[in-house]
Amino acid sequence: MTTTMSMARALNEGLRRAMEDNKKVLIMGEDVGKLGGVFRVTDGLQKDFGEDRVIDAPLAESAIVGTAVGLAIRGYRTVCEIQFDGFVYPAFDQIVSQVAKLHKRSDGVYTMGLVIRIPFQGGIGAIEHHSESPEAYFAQTAGLRVVSCSTPHDAYWSIQQAVAHDDPIIFCEPKSRYWEKGEVDLENPGRGLFEAAVRREGTDVTVVGYGASMKTILRAAAVADEEGVSLEVIDARSLAPLDLVTMAASVNKTGRLVVVQETPHMASIGSEIVAELTERCFYSLRAPGLRVSGYHVPYPPSRLEEEYRPSVERILDAVDRVREYEA
Amino acid sequence: MIGEDLVQLVTPEGQRTPHPEYEASLTGAEIFSMYRDMVIVRRFCAEATALQRQGQLALWAPLQGQEAAQIGAGRALAPSDFSFPSYREHGVAWCRGVPPADTLRVFRATTNGGWDPQKYRHSVPAIVLGNQVLNAVGYAMGVQRDGADEAVITFFGDGASSQGDVLESFVWAASFNAPIVFFCQNNQWGISTPSSTQAKVPLFLRASGFGFPGVRVDGNDVLAVYEVTKRALAQAREGGGPTLIEAYTYRLGAHTTSDDPTRYRVDAEVEVWKHRDPIERVKSLLVHEFGVTTEKFDAVTGEAETLALQLRDDVLAMGKPDPLSMFDHAYAAEHPLIDEGRREVAALLELGAP
Repeated sequence: MTTTMSMARALNEGLRRAMEDNKKVLIMGEDVGKLGGVFRVTDGLQKDFGEDRVIDAPLAESAIVGTAVGLAIRGYRTVCEIQFDGFVYPAFDQIVSQVAKLHKRSDGVYTMGLVIRIPFQGGIGAIEHHSESPEAYFAQTAGLRVVSCSTPHDAYWSIQQAVAHDDPIIFCEPKSRYWEKGEVDLENPGRGLFEAAVRREGTDVTVVGYGASMKTILRAAAVADEEGVSLEVIDARSLAPLDLVTMAASVNKTGRLVVVQETPHMASIGSEIVAELTERCFYSLRAPGLRVSGYHVPYPPSRLEEEYRPSVERILDAVDRVREYEA
Repeated sequence: MIGEDLVQLVTPEGQRTPHPEYEASLTGAEIFSMYRDMVIVRRFCAEATALQRQGQLALWAPLQGQEAAQIGAGRALAPSDFSFPSYREHGVAWCRGVPPADTLRVFRATTNGGWDPQKYRHSVPAIVLGNQVLNAVGYAMGVQRDGADEAVITFFGDGASSQGDVLESFVWAASFNAPIVFFCQNNQWGISTPSSTQAKVPLFLRASGFGFPGVRVDGNDVLAVYEVTKRALAQAREGGGPTLIEAYTYRLGAHTTSDDPTRYRVDAEVEVWKHRDPIERVKSLLVHEFGVTTEKFDAVTGEAETLALQLRDDVLAMGKPDPLSMFDHAYAAEHPLIDEGRREVAALLELGAP
């Protein structure tokens, strides 16, 4: 059965189903209860599951994550909501020092089954600290997994898969896409949490992205198509670990790679993808992999964000550049 | 300074002293068994220090001076309670039944944990100051949701009391009325930083600002620590919410074996606290009130000596872990980078790499 809903709604329905499936699943965050979250992702859940399971937290991110760790030790699975990307840093210590390491430190006795939801990336005209892309900080930390979603269908299933997973998961939600609607198949997830998805098949250049960038990349692919250039578009979905098998198969076919992300490219997910695919597809590549990224500046005042974020034009420019190499 | 708020049931001279709210409930046999615990943990702490000096441990964090605080609190716990230590709670670990050698594994650098925290209901070491306090509050929130007749205790020091995590823990515990006891060992020094730099008012008074009771107990009086902790745990189990206990004590030794306290504190201060020694105090009580004989004390000393030798043997037997074990439990589920690393190390080992 398929139905149409927004990504925010899909996350809400996914969380609802996760809470119905397992009584140990809790939600904790700022304003997640009565208000339903600032993006309404948890709308109505406190009313239906009670204040003990959908916990309106005092305003302290380290505590939201730090207490979720204790709840995990006790056998609960807490979905922590961080209100905005730029507010996750007070919890950074708990995430990298405890969430990521306690399973190891306890020799496998503690299961750190918890999900940290972070609305990330820009594009909503917000003020500072509301448009960041912190995913690489977490991807670099052993013990964590980092995933993103870009469609309502993925959002609905990925959140359930993340909640059921025994490792801690940083769950990055492209906030600018919360209200866009799409088809959700309520019976068939289609793919696993850590698998990349080929969103559009093509032959000339592989373009990899995730989150909010996917829509931009698909628009670029449509424009390129009109110009007779065929882009294969891959949604990385899982940022740690990366599904390099799917990506390498594509690059081995196209011989050209462009990666799109909103972060500065220094030590980024895109850099890792380029490095890995260079290693794996060296003899197939006909040009160096290029990254289309944010610039190495603090996320700009949002009146400038369209100049900062990868655009259709910048993606197509990178496509042209990789196509100019001839081997 | 110490002041009249201090709960004390036995003076430094080993004399009983009445307190309006707390009464010592322990029998002579029970007090003697606490004395035994304190002597044993002091002895194994000394052995660990020696092992470090001999190059057998990477580091050691001695507890000398804090035995009453740790044994009093540890013995107050019910078997079903859960404790979250930081890294110096060797005495609490002993009370929870963790084999002494296991508490040294971290310092032998063969593991980052050392024991099964669920088996002993005593969590693994937490070295980042204050992190475990939030984890303990979360655990207590789980206990609350389970409707279990259990309490949670967490240990931290005067130094960690400045950490945001500890203060956030106070907010959380108060807001959710979590069944938790915050046990702060104020040993006066955070490495070289005196507790007066951490707090301009006595630490236990902070609790009132968060909306729950705070108690300052003489941390060198094992009877007082036991009674204060026992009551706070009972209150937590009965739904009475959190308590902050400030165990006023002193770190007689160095912060760790890498520290040199002579650079920041004067001998005279140490001498004052040596006169408040927690073990001598209870020994004096046992002699004067219960007529415990030298033979019985000597037997404990002998037992501690035997345990220390056993500890030494156990530690020396701890060899280098299997290199491949670094990949175990990094994740609960399969992970391609773990597989990749494991393959690479296995191949290097195959080639005879060190």
